[in-house]
Amino acid sequence: MATTLTVNGQTRSVDVEPDTPLLWVLRDTLGLTGTRFGCGVAACGACTVHLNGRAVRTCTLPVSAAEGADITTIEGLASGGTLHPVQRAWIDHQVPQCGYCQSGMIMAVSALLDQRPNPTDEQIDATITNICRCGTFARVRRAIHSLAGG
Amino acid sequence: MGKWTRRAFIGAGTLVGGGFVLGVAGVAFAPGRHTIVSDDAEEKGELTTWITVTPDNLTTILIPHCEMGQGSQTALAMMAAEEMEANWDLVRIQEAPALDAYANAYLLRAFTGDSLPAPLGRAIDYGAYRLARWFGTQVTGGSTAIRGTGYGMTVAGAAAKEMLIAAAAERFGVPAAECTATRSRVTNATSGQAASFGELARAAAAIPVPTYPALKDPDTYTLRRTAVSRFDIPPKVDGSARYGIDVTLPGMLYAAVDIAPVQGGRLVSVDENPALAMPGVERVVQLDEAVAVVADSYWRARQALAALEPVFDDAGHGDVSSDSIFAAFDESLGTAPAMPDGAAQVVTADYRVPFLAHATMEPMACTARVEADRAEVWAGTQDPLNARSTAASALGFDTDQVQLTNLQLGGGYGRRLPFTFDYVDLGVRIAKAVSPTPVKMVWSRENDMQHDFYRPAAMARFAGALDATGRPVAVASHYAGGGDGESLFMPYAIDDIRFEDRDVPHPVRVGEWRSVHNSQHGFFKESFIDELAHAAGKDPYRFRHELLGEQPRFRAVLERVAAMADWERPLPAGEGRGIAIAESFGSIVAQVAHVAITPEGRLRVRNMFAAVDCGDVVNTDTATAQVEGGVIFGLSAAMVAEITIAGGRVVEGNFQDHQMIRLADAPAVSVEFIRSGERLGGLGEPGVTPVAPALTNAIYAASGVRVRTLPIKNQELRRA
Repeated sequence: MATTLTVNGQTRSVDVEPDTPLLWVLRDTLGLTGTRFGCGVAACGACTVHLNGRAVRTCTLPVSAAEGADITTIEGLASGGTLHPVQRAWIDHQVPQCGYCQSGMIMAVSALLDQRPNPTDEQIDATITNICRCGTFARVRRAIHSLAGG
Repeated sequence: MGKWTRRAFIGAGTLVGGGFVLGVAGVAFAPGRHTIVSDDAEEKGELTTWITVTPDNLTTILIPHCEMGQGSQTALAMMAAEEMEANWDLVRIQEAPALDAYANAYLLRAFTGDSLPAPLGRAIDYGAYRLARWFGTQVTGGSTAIRGTGYGMTVAGAAAKEMLIAAAAERFGVPAAECTATRSRVTNATSGQAASFGELARAAAAIPVPTYPALKDPDTYTLRRTAVSRFDIPPKVDGSARYGIDVTLPGMLYAAVDIAPVQGGRLVSVDENPALAMPGVERVVQLDEAVAVVADSYWRARQALAALEPVFDDAGHGDVSSDSIFAAFDESLGTAPAMPDGAAQVVTADYRVPFLAHATMEPMACTARVEADRAEVWAGTQDPLNARSTAASALGFDTDQVQLTNLQLGGGYGRRLPFTFDYVDLGVRIAKAVSPTPVKMVWSRENDMQHDFYRPAAMARFAGALDATGRPVAVASHYAGGGDGESLFMPYAIDDIRFEDRDVPHPVRVGEWRSVHNSQHGFFKESFIDELAHAAGKDPYRFRHELLGEQPRFRAVLERVAAMADWERPLPAGEGRGIAIAESFGSIVAQVAHVAITPEGRLRVRNMFAAVDCGDVVNTDTATAQVEGGVIFGLSAAMVAEITIAGGRVVEGNFQDHQMIRLADAPAVSVEFIRSGERLGGLGEPGVTPVAPALTNAIYAASGVRVRTLPIKNQELRRA
């Protein structure tokens, strides 16, 4: 059965079971592989996208729950040719190592900064719970603070 | 990417080729045997195996190592560009394809052949030695990229520069000595003539390859020793980086698998019908050790797999558990090692560390299209050549019949090394069953967690003797779970140091895990030396310092980290510092952990300090990042991570069970480098080694609780 999604500003119709997690629809049906699969149980955050501006983990989110919402993936975060400030900061601070978790990390951080432009360390700790196995946390924190107030 | 073929160049002075390796390594190394150029070499004006200069004045450096975030592709290119005097803005990199010609173990052997390093008058560099044994592999691991290949890059760059200058001298009609290369141009100051590398490329290709190109004085480096942005980062911030799991082919099917939960187990039976009745399912594939569902989407394949109830046998290992393995270790270690008669004080201690998973964030994945007489395979690997031969042997093909495309790795840490390509082996067999339709097999997190090549569990039983002044006269360890090379080296001036292997075989599948045996023995050795310090009533830093009088590099690193951590400054009650030092992969790393423990026993790691002597630093920022990451990796292992075995199988399944530290628990990490000028050491792994003992030594200082079994989460840390 067809589900209509709005992804990165475009309307897309997908024909999948309504309980299919949004992650697999993005990756396999729509070809947006920048959203990553890490755990399948919403424990690691690699699959984070924005749903109406809020960070959500898509590996456990049924596609039916995303119908009608504005979905932004890592591929849609930049506006035109201009990187989002979080993406820019990630380059400036050379944050990624293997990079696999960083799509989700960037989506989680950009949603946090939209809501709290000047987060405290405690707020960062409580919100950014994504797993990075390479251990880029210190740079993630530094990059967030460099954007604070922006 | 152009088409690549092997072409042999025999003897010195050939058009292009690898003679520079021969000349500089100065060891038997058949010229041209492992050097190739592209078919269009003449058009591109290819200068050496690793460097091409094109008429548009771009310098492209071919890197025979994969990128998994360690930054070595960028660093290797820097090493070549520095010597070559290339303009960094005009430098590009390209990863070498999986062809025998890039078998970098040959290079490593050539590099280390006559000089297996004994920088400290003792054991060989184990990591390099180990890789040299993996003959004919194209490995990224063992912290060798910069140490081994980097030397080749340096020489290649120097050779390229000499050839470009020689070509320019001919063109200008002046002696080569009057020409200078800077920023991808050669100039003659007297005549004012100038030509770009691109303009000189074709002529330079005809210049004989210098056998002994002159290398730059490191004091004149302008690119190395600076912080250079990595090539691989921009695609990692916009989602465009392509990992093994991202491969998509037209008409591709997807596979989900269930693998015998006990290693070595076999599929006994499975009723395929529940899966076949589900939407989108094309096939159920029964293999010796697994059952796979192939469907038109990955989610449908997973759902259908979940409907199956396969029966696997346990390979006779159903009674194996972590407890049974440690009980066998305990028995094998026997009585504590004998200590000299007449010692004023004898100290004994047992230490244990669990199995650990690599837990790369990208689960294992393999995409393959198998036809009657050929196969194409896509995967992220640390060794595309061995992955290719794994695929070939699984299919009964010659390696020539398999084309393997290596993609970015969503983490490696040793999981994707030679002889650990079970995911490639499985992926191609599933693809064969639905030949010629391409199939992408993606492991679930549970597949990944329960079918790893684990960091070996290990146990050590130590004894040490102190004389009446508190100076150690003997240290000995019986150990089980593996160990060798640097992992069994202690730098201290103690007359009698002994390690005795008492390993006991068990059926749990083990492999190389970031820092290899150093993660276990680093914890054992540096915990025990700390216990001796306390038994002697001495400050743990000064105790080590006194024993390092004959090891100036170690001593300098120890002094640096103590200064960084302000070691002498008193701390409030409930806080403590711990120190540890170890050499691994040719680099000496000392760390100080600063912890706070609440009266309820809650641990908070405030700061980690690391001082590193890896000889010299190529890219200062990525070097720092590797140590920062190594510290976090080591903290996860020390604090919370473990793989436990029960009923012969791995208990942990997903990230709720297998924990890793996250941002909230990640301390600030300070890293400083000492440029000793000694042989380059590795950086991917040595940062891990001292983490656990620095941390547990700090816990002891803060609380009086001595942690001898990891992970720390299993122990009560209430102040004694």
